Amino acid sequence: MSQPVTLCVPESWDGASLDLSLSDEGAVHSSFQQLLQEQSTEELELQELTPGGRENPAAGRTEDWEEPEPRGEHPDFSSATLRIVASMPSRTIGRSRGAVISQCYNRTAKLRRRSSRPPLHQISRSARPSLRQYDLELDTGHVEQEDTQSLLVKELQTLSSSQRSHMLQAMPVSLAEKLSLRQELGGHRSTLRKPDRSRRPLSCCGQLKHDVLIGFRSLWDGFLSLLHSLQPWHHSLKQIGGRFGSSVLSYFLFLKTLLAFNVFLFLTLLIFVVATQAAYPPAAENSRLFTGLELLTGAGYFTQTLMYYGYYSNFTLNDPCTPGDRSCQPGKGHLPYNMPLAYVFTIGVSFFIMCILLVYSMSRSFGESYRVGSSSGDFAIKVFCAWDYKVIQRRSVRLQNENIRTQLKELLGEWQSKSRPMSLCRRLGRMVVLGLAWALSLGTVLGCVVAVYYFAEHMLKVHQESQARGSSEARQEAFLLVLPMVVSLMNLVMPYLYNLLAAWEKQESPVLEVYMAICRNLILKMVVLGLLCYHWLSRKMGCSEEDKCWETSVGQELYRFVVMDFVFTLLDTVLGELLWRLILEKKLMRKQRPEFDIARNVLELIYGQTLTWLGVLFCPLLPAVQILKLVLLFYIKKTSLMQNCQSPSKPWRASHMSTVFITLLCFPSFLGAAIFLSYTIWAVRPSRTCGPFQTQETIYESGKTWVQELEKSSPNITWFTWIHQHLVENTFFLFFVSGVLL
Amino acid sequence: MGGSASQLPRDLLGEYQELTFLTKQEILLAHKRFSELLPKEERESILLKRVPKSKILTLPELRANPFQDRICRVFSTSEHGDGSMSFEDFLDLLSVFSDSATSEIKSHYAFRIFDFDDDGTLDKKDLEKLVNCLTGEGDETRLSESEMDQLIQNILEESDIDKDGTINLSEFQHVISRSPDFASSFKIVL
Repeated sequence: MSQPVTLCVPESWDGASLDLSLSDEGAVHSSFQQLLQEQSTEELELQELTPGGRENPAAGRTEDWEEPEPRGEHPDFSSATLRIVASMPSRTIGRSRGAVISQCYNRTAKLRRRSSRPPLHQISRSARPSLRQYDLELDTGHVEQEDTQSLLVKELQTLSSSQRSHMLQAMPVSLAEKLSLRQELGGHRSTLRKPDRSRRPLSCCGQLKHDVLIGFRSLWDGFLSLLHSLQPWHHSLKQIGGRFGSSVLSYFLFLKTLLAFNVFLFLTLLIFVVATQAAYPPAAENSRLFTGLELLTGAGYFTQTLMYYGYYSNFTLNDPCTPGDRSCQPGKGHLPYNMPLAYVFTIGVSFFIMCILLVYSMSRSFGESYRVGSSSGDFAIKVFCAWDYKVIQRRSVRLQNENIRTQLKELLGEWQSKSRPMSLCRRLGRMVVLGLAWALSLGTVLGCVVAVYYFAEHMLKVHQESQARGSSEARQEAFLLVLPMVVSLMNLVMPYLYNLLAAWEKQESPVLEVYMAICRNLILKMVVLGLLCYHWLSRKMGCSEEDKCWETSVGQELYRFVVMDFVFTLLDTVLGELLWRLILEKKLMRKQRPEFDIARNVLELIYGQTLTWLGVLFCPLLPAVQILKLVLLFYIKKTSLMQNCQSPSKPWRASHMSTVFITLLCFPSFLGAAIFLSYTIWAVRPSRTCGPFQTQETIYESGKTWVQELEKSSPNITWFTWIHQHLVENTFFLFFVSGVLL
Repeated sequence: MGGSASQLPRDLLGEYQELTFLTKQEILLAHKRFSELLPKEERESILLKRVPKSKILTLPELRANPFQDRICRVFSTSEHGDGSMSFEDFLDLLSVFSDSATSEIKSHYAFRIFDFDDDGTLDKKDLEKLVNCLTGEGDETRLSESEMDQLIQNILEESDIDKDGTINLSEFQHVISRSPDFASSFKIVL
């Protein structure tokens, strides 16, 4: 007995979520109940392509399309394919895993019990030989078919064209068949409807909607094609992926993401802050001359340029009226631009948007990489999912073969050793080793932090002394380079020490090893940055009586840090990769090349980005510097990779680690920068002599003053001030919003 | 690209875009690359021609892939079973291996690719051939007999839910759904 299977149409069809796993439970359509009843009495399901079934039935959301097929009427279809597809349990039942599995069991049991196999009906264009061996029952039961066909037709008529096209897209049948199906669909639809309907024009609303949809779709296509052609580095990324696989590629994709964030930040600041200030330069001329040292120190000629906070005006630009004159109206062509307000709002809003973007990309990445399920199944997953199809170079393919072989052997070894539990003595020994290693790493962090603190204080004293002595400006500023150099040197050397520590520890699981390395490096970097932030803000407290622009000096410090970070990354690439490869090849005569340490490099990127975010308030052009740095870094790292490195031999779960990296970017990095920024805006007194907020107590006060003025000038918009007072100032709301976003 | 674009009619391009997971640019690029595989005189009627498997395997994206034969065989709709591909088969291939294809369609085709004897299930022989493809073809790169047996036993233990000694499509998809890296590694981009 054959039985065409009707399809379940879930009540809430979500076009956006195309990617569903077996663990989802779809809604079950009412006609589906009938199916379940029928199936309980059936031996084998068989899909029939009904004449009425040209329109795409919706089985689940974008599942394989189960397509009923008329025997003999449409011999062009590879009916067998469709039948097999349709008979898959996950496609027939509403997606509960238990039902799938039980169905699976029933089906295979039935197949095996079946003794006689009727010959296959003639299938003219089935190219898949596998299907010829399938047990397909073609039989009678036309009456039943008619009933279910009419049911199917009714369901299909409820589908919209977009659902239909989604279904067609997700069908695992060949494109030629889909095309002919679509033709049938188009041809059949007109016969389904009443004859005069096809001649009657659509109602004006329908026509308008249709035109609007078509217009939007072509606009969207155009936009996507523009984006695609603008995609930078497509060929380079393909080259890197082809040679090194997805793991190393994830570093470069992360770099691209950071570049996108910085471009956004830079463009916002450029339009609203920098360009407008550039159009109205302040009266004072730049007294310094340009020497080459400025590129490194950020001081000198750069001090009184657009680069730093101190350059920006604290009054309304292009305002012909004096502040005290209330009766003055700005004439035609005069658009006053309130610089302080623009400065603080631009930075606040761009940080807010970046927060949303970060949380969104983090949640999306998390959704892609997180999988419910037991942790067992390593072997099956390794064998089925380990091959990276992106790798196309022959040598890399051979390397991938070797890596997979090694990993399989390691897995087998681990599995065998798991059956022999470790003795108490060995376990104790491992705990001691682990504890010692962690104590050592935390101790080094503490040591580095203390060293940096005292060194910073010392450098400050030296700088003040040299200023007092009156030595040349260049010499003074050269002294300032020493602190960034020391911190960058520390960030360069400590990860190698941690690698040595990890080699001594000998972790069993390579995944855990990577996590520990990331943890240690992260702790070091973040604690040092925290200390530096405290140092800068406290230094400001110390010199508030002086006539200096402390914001500009903090901005300069951060610029120096960014530049030094770049210089030391270059040094690391040259020493760590190039030199090491030469040593390995020439001196030690080993064929192995150094491996590209993905985690360490990504952490360096995160560190650089944190510096940029910290410095945006004080140096609005810092994102531009970071953009330049990232672009140069891409090419330098790529060249070094191609010349010197080999792909990592340890397994690397690319999507999982990408999620980890973007989470690290969001949480310690962005959050820390946002906290620093918020503290500076809310609680720190701006300097009296420079910058947009000279006359205010805190930077935030400018916003508050503006709102108060707004209230005074037009009492009708009290709602705005009410919003401002209760929402923005109320930190609870901010927490609530961030909680909702997360 | 102007010349090849004029050979691919716009409505057909639109249809291809709707029926596959490829964007218009990807389809046009595929058209270009496919026409390069054909001899010059056949390039006008690209939609009707089939390219023999040997030519398809000269593509750099498939050249070194250990599953190249299986891929050609699975996606080919040739009646002779020789693995020759038409342009639409080629688009099918790229669509399944593209960025936007769903994990389910990828796992469906992965199952077909791994099913070396085309019987609809992955039995011991299929798994053995699969592991050999993964570890390399040379004798010294293969796993030893005992390792292979142990490995296959472990795989079947983990994934064969109905304990029939073979892995069918649902069991395969169940395993795949637990690995988030599958979709990103099952990608070929022109």
